[in-house]
Amino acid sequence: MRALVKARVRLKDSEFSVNVHVSDRHLEMNGKNYELSQVSLDIPITGTVYGTLLNFQGSLEALKEQVHHPPYNQPPIGPVLYIKPRNTFSAFAKPIPLPAGVPELEIGASLGIVISKTATRVKKAQAMDYIEGFTIVNDISIPHESVYRPAVRFKARDGFCPIGPWVVTKDSILDPDCLGIRVYINGELRQENTTANLIRPISRLIEDVTDFMTLNAGDVLLVGVPENAPLAKANDHIRIEIDEIGYLENPIIPEEKLAMEGIS
Amino acid sequence: MKNARVAYAGAIHQACEFNGQLKLADGRIVDEQDVIWLPPLEPRTVFALGLNYADHAKELAFKAPEEPLAFLKGPNTFIGHRGQTKRPIDATYMHYECELAVVIGKTAKNVKKEEAFEYVCGYTIANDYAIRDYLENYYRPNLKVKNRDTCTPIGPWLVDARDIPDPMNLKLKTYVNGKLTQEGNTSDMIFGIAELIQYFSSFMTLSPGDVILTGTPEGLADTAVGDEITTEIEGIGKLVSTIVSDDIFTKGQDHSHIKIPY
Repeated sequence: MRALVKARVRLKDSEFSVNVHVSDRHLEMNGKNYELSQVSLDIPITGTVYGTLLNFQGSLEALKEQVHHPPYNQPPIGPVLYIKPRNTFSAFAKPIPLPAGVPELEIGASLGIVISKTATRVKKAQAMDYIEGFTIVNDISIPHESVYRPAVRFKARDGFCPIGPWVVTKDSILDPDCLGIRVYINGELRQENTTANLIRPISRLIEDVTDFMTLNAGDVLLVGVPENAPLAKANDHIRIEIDEIGYLENPIIPEEKLAMEGIS
Repeated sequence: MKNARVAYAGAIHQACEFNGQLKLADGRIVDEQDVIWLPPLEPRTVFALGLNYADHAKELAFKAPEEPLAFLKGPNTFIGHRGQTKRPIDATYMHYECELAVVIGKTAKNVKKEEAFEYVCGYTIANDYAIRDYLENYYRPNLKVKNRDTCTPIGPWLVDARDIPDPMNLKLKTYVNGKLTQEGNTSDMIFGIAELIQYFSSFMTLSPGDVILTGTPEGLADTAVGDEITTEIEGIGKLVSTIVSDDIFTKGQDHSHIKIPY
């Protein structure tokens, strides 16, 4: 992991360009050095968050023969997308609410591509021109078997989409199609993968998505979640680590212990 | 009161209906033919219901759902009244869907059915076009079917909730080039407005500006380039859109000439 990257952070009402020392979790803001725990980071994005399903080779392979049988009948042709609505957005260190009666949540570690300008029918070769940078997203789900027609209640609950801690500018990233992703639960490594395993690498994904829908400045496109998403329970501490970007950390807290309104 | 957002004389305005014309917030009264209609609100989270009319569920050979079948839509898809909706060159079946759109007016969490209408600030009309060619069996209906640019005209008016005494008994109609092709009534919804608000707010917080598109009755038909589609809901208005060819959107694929100033 390289030591120093350029990033944009958002505090309560203002944005700063900062230098981030990823490995020791310090950031330089206005010439001063802060430890990550000293600053209260807000969600670093403003637009719509689009998730991508089955974009890791292993996640599609995990469905095995099922893709040839009902209800799926054939493997997906286009990118499989969904929307994480705004009530799900949550910041670094904010608790993820565990709904009553749900024993465990699925942790969805994903690289988030942050769009810099209106992107319509973008070709692969130009895709990087439309990217501001990258962030870490925890695409939380209530575990569900079928990906045919899942109810929004599995993915759209308040606080089910922590984002951050910052947006690392694309120039600071060596190769976004080769970044290690690791999930730690209570300090224990539970999942490890790399964006080198994407079925649609970043540029191709942007071409295929913007072929039919416009992405706007501030929108975030998730590259997808690796197979074997780990499960976590009440009071677990989740840390998602992506090479060159940093760590996104959130605890899971039973929702009855949280004041739910305005969780983000 | 019927409210609108329009572009007129170089600016975007809030406006309201005034004796068959539009009254802008700055006092000017203008003819409705002289404005560019925009979506009457900037939607935040938008839910769309699949198969929420018993007759439509039957039409698609589908058992009525036990839980609302909902999906979400992004902001790229919305356009205003009298806008242009593009039909992809390879589409063989693109149909309209006349839908009552319910706009949330205040923060809603764990709302009881009996109190649900207190959280509605108004109603408008959506035409939620779908292109069945692109339907895939993953996270259905996929965004390629339901989240395409220009494919959800909405408007013209956001009508105050107090002006619609019974939103669960409104006639819906769609006309293709003036010919009636779809007819239904909101009383035939499987999950009514109050149940939908209760359902969504039971597991997530709804906020002002969130919109629920409540589904469409039977009577879907293919559309062709040049068709003028009018979706009409009793007491709310008539929403018109025109189907245009994909060709005019694909000219000059290189966007490098468009400069974004920052």
